[in-house]
Amino acid sequence: MGAPSSNGSAARSLGAVLTRAGISLLAHIVTGARAVYHDGHEIADLPGPDRPRIYFANHRSHGDFVLLWSVLPAALRRRTRPVAGADYWQGSGLRRFIGNDVFNAVLIERDAAERVADPVTQMADAVAEGASLILFPEGTRNTGPEKLMPFRTGLFHLADTLARRNLEADFIPVWIDNLNRVMPKGEAVPVPLLCKVHFGAAIPLAENETKDTYLTRTREALLALSSEDRGTDG
Amino acid sequence: MSDFLSAIVANAPDGLALLFGGVFGLLLLASAVVSVITWRAADPDAATLVNLRDRVNAWWVMIGVLAIVFFLGRTATIVFFAVCSFMALREFLTLSDTRRGDHWSLIALFLLALPIQYLLIGADFYGIYSIFIPVYCFLLLPVFSALRGDTTRFFERVAKVQWALMICVFCLSHVPALLNLTIPGYEGREILLIVFLLLVVQSSDVLQYVWGKLLGSRPVAPALSPSKTWEGFIGGVASASLVGAALFWMTPFSPLAAGTIAILITLAGFLGGLVMSAIKRDTGVKDWGHSIRGHGGILDRLDSVVFAAPIFFHVTRYFYSLT
Repeated sequence: MGAPSSNGSAARSLGAVLTRAGISLLAHIVTGARAVYHDGHEIADLPGPDRPRIYFANHRSHGDFVLLWSVLPAALRRRTRPVAGADYWQGSGLRRFIGNDVFNAVLIERDAAERVADPVTQMADAVAEGASLILFPEGTRNTGPEKLMPFRTGLFHLADTLARRNLEADFIPVWIDNLNRVMPKGEAVPVPLLCKVHFGAAIPLAENETKDTYLTRTREALLALSSEDRGTDG
Repeated sequence: MSDFLSAIVANAPDGLALLFGGVFGLLLLASAVVSVITWRAADPDAATLVNLRDRVNAWWVMIGVLAIVFFLGRTATIVFFAVCSFMALREFLTLSDTRRGDHWSLIALFLLALPIQYLLIGADFYGIYSIFIPVYCFLLLPVFSALRGDTTRFFERVAKVQWALMICVFCLSHVPALLNLTIPGYEGREILLIVFLLLVVQSSDVLQYVWGKLLGSRPVAPALSPSKTWEGFIGGVASASLVGAALFWMTPFSPLAAGTIAILITLAGFLGGLVMSAIKRDTGVKDWGHSIRGHGGILDRLDSVVFAAPIFFHVTRYFYSLT
């Protein structure tokens, strides 16, 4: 984000700063948002604090990336970009403002037929620029009874592409607990309940590791973080 | 700015500054004792010591916030306890297994029941705020859930939502409701009743902890809480009641009445702690939440206040108040 070139864009970026602060404040009021670090360190102390991180998380609620983003320390938050579907976030003017100006999302085209850019390349390019990413490896929101759906292959392809391009990044599993009760499927108004965001240790892609083993390993690491989850219905 | 501050202090009732001075003195003493214990300990980073330091540090913050709120007066006090109710309700409902069908009941708790209760207290409508939750909310809330048509564990879910509302909003709102009492010769000093209640109940909690750590061996209810012992209970209630009797000068009560009322509210507070522990054990957690470092959630600090407040309010109202 460079210097604003006109009054319009100055107002827009001021609006984005205020919206970010407002969203973060609201997330804390509604959920008491709290980060839990499972390897006993603060997230800022994890190996290589300046390395980009790929936070991969379970996805049950529209608020997931907002909550994850809100619990990050401010310095990490500024460089962290959510990966989101372009079809939704390019919809109305408000969505474009939130997706582009407020969260600076990496917008990917989910429909392969509509694609002009390869999503994995887009993500890797963002990492090359120093960004950290928030992504949901299940590919879509989990609205079923399963705790965690099978991963799509995107997470592996991203790890593989970063390795080929010699880009270093830590893949960190993040379990978001209870947010689906705050805003269940089909409800527009959130109900205030405490939520925890569990961060695990980084899972690097081993040399010559196959797609299936890496996806299994990352998915199990995410499930292991959920063991504290009390498991609620509906 | 300093005119503003001196106006606030001048408006505060006599004794408030003295009381907070005394409490801050006690905190200094506590911090000094904890420093000495840490300095002499073989392992200064033992879990108990870290927790003790966290607890004392959190007390500094809590007492500091209360001092500001009480000096600001009536409106600030009511808003403060409304915020406490909000945080308590958020903790309580997090541990209640509600379903999607309860979503609108839960929203009604936060957006209607809680603000209306505190607005009624602010407006001093005793005839309504004393029945708004136990009568109207009691009857209307389950309707929200029933209309959604999900009957799975319906009775259990509705009961838990009612409990959440009674404990976190109704009972707790009786702390600021003390400001509405009209006691002849005590006008303008009602905030000291709140200070008296909190001082007696919280010192009972602290003294039970201290007596329990010093001599405690026989647990009252081992299944609920290994740290609540008969020694801690008797020592804590007895010494906190003496504290209450010694504070009679800030109340409308005689020394004997102050001591008797202190026994009543420390007993209520102790029993409240037991009941709230039983609920925690039932849901499988150790603490209600994580908002106060070293103490757990706000309900871990307020569990005894919640039970003591309505009893203190009604006893004082019945025997001393004109309204």
